[in-house]
Amino acid sequence: MWVHAYTYSKVWKGSVTTTFLFPLLYLAAMGVGLGTLVDRHAHHVGGVAYVDFLAPGLLAGTIFQVAVNESTYPVMARIKWMRTYWAMLATPLDIDDVLIGHLGWSALRGGMVSGAFLLVMEGFGVIHSWWALAALPLAMAASVAFAAPTTAYAATTTSENGFALLYRFGVMPLFLFSATFFPLGQLPLWLRAVAQCTPLLHAVNLLRDCTLGTGSATQALVDVVYLTVFAAVGIALARRAFRKRMVL
Amino acid sequence: MIVAEGLRKEFGSFAAVDGVDFHIGKGESFGFLGPNGAGKTSTMRMIACMSPYSGGSLRVLGMDPMMQGPAIRGRLGLVPQEDTLDEELTVLDNLYIYGRYFDLPKKLIRERAERLLEFAQLTDRRNDKVGPLSGGMKRRLTIARSLISEPDILILDEPTTGLDPQARHLLWDRLYRLKSQGVTLVITTHYMDEAEQLCDRLVVMDKGRIVAHGSPRALIAEHSTREVVELRFAVDQQEANVGAVADLAERVEVLPDRILLYVHDGDSTVAEVHRRGLTPESALVRRSTLEDVFLHLTGRTLVD
Repeated sequence: MWVHAYTYSKVWKGSVTTTFLFPLLYLAAMGVGLGTLVDRHAHHVGGVAYVDFLAPGLLAGTIFQVAVNESTYPVMARIKWMRTYWAMLATPLDIDDVLIGHLGWSALRGGMVSGAFLLVMEGFGVIHSWWALAALPLAMAASVAFAAPTTAYAATTTSENGFALLYRFGVMPLFLFSATFFPLGQLPLWLRAVAQCTPLLHAVNLLRDCTLGTGSATQALVDVVYLTVFAAVGIALARRAFRKRMVL
Repeated sequence: MIVAEGLRKEFGSFAAVDGVDFHIGKGESFGFLGPNGAGKTSTMRMIACMSPYSGGSLRVLGMDPMMQGPAIRGRLGLVPQEDTLDEELTVLDNLYIYGRYFDLPKKLIRERAERLLEFAQLTDRRNDKVGPLSGGMKRRLTIARSLISEPDILILDEPTTGLDPQARHLLWDRLYRLKSQGVTLVITTHYMDEAEQLCDRLVVMDKGRIVAHGSPRALIAEHSTREVVELRFAVDQQEANVGAVADLAERVEVLPDRILLYVHDGDSTVAEVHRRGLTPESALVRRSTLEDVFLHLTGRTLVD
């Protein structure tokens, strides 16, 4: 039931270049350009060059944004505008198949984006551990964790106005403050506690551990458990929202 | 093929379908008529196993939609009221993907898709994106798509609403061909001519209940007279004249702009009207139609 991917195989062509271009430009500008300045003044961030520190953060931030993007307007379109989910429900597929298809697609898309990202990172020489191979499946799983609650929201709300708020007050702050661009230690204590409760931070932690080959097993375990629980709750919510909206 | 007994659908305390009975046989073309909000679409969605029923019983192809939904849906084709095409994909890809939802082999889908493109007269648009197609083309594609699984039952929810006359007649022709191939058709519509054209039997629904059932001809015979005389008097003079003609008809209906006399023989009624010295601005004799039955049963007031 991975017919979703077929749909995208038809519209990919345009996104392939951007998938590679985004990490290329960001790592060049922020990692190398800005990073040189940072390293000169701060003498490395968290024990590594700034570009090494930044790259996995950007990787996590990117799959986060992609996963959210794929589950906001597109999901609303398939429920409300194009109504293609309704077409699927008239076939032997049932509501869980539709959800599995969407989340499966999210994982696949996350895999494509992070695959490209990791290749570019390797090109910049910022990967320092074989653990980076684990970053790919972890990024795919994290994509599902991000996509599921977003899907639940998109299937619950009836107007797209809420998405603007979601991006402004949800996606942007998480993207900026989840230890993506600077270590968590730079934040005041209370914000650090808030950040610990949000999902992106844990994906950043994990992926950074992978590409740098650093970090503690305990912290990694905490991150994995957090993301697993977050994904499970998100999937349960999405399932409920789909049922409520489309099984009338 | 489809048997419903005391079928109900409730949304909270509101009963959209309030205990209906019907049975639809193989190869039959069965219509649901009714004004907006009569419960037609809710009934369709229950038959299509997309909406669990709240009470009574329903069997489709001998199976229970609550328990065997996917198995039933695999043998149904649904043409929903609003198009549900993937506008980002081409005409051909829409057919292909839909076939994959039924888990059909790829080769078989390709073969069927070619035939269906022909059937829907869309062969020359096969590689065009669906988004910019006309309403009629999208409708034809939706019907073609619903046939990709070669269903035993085709459910059409207001298939021609919003189409121009050319597109409607083309669709009717296609549906007629399907019917002659033995496909069972279940149709909702509020176009009476459509019902008369396509349906062997039909039910009229109003406020969630069935208020009449039978063949179009039998319904006319049962609920209307053979002919209708439409007398048009000067504006606001209808009420003043109704007394003088009321005894001529089995049933009289006074509208703001004319008086309808339901009679057996229209011409002799008109002659009698003139003999009584009445001078309507116009007097039209026509045969009773399903629309007369429909308006008689469901009332003339707007529902929504």
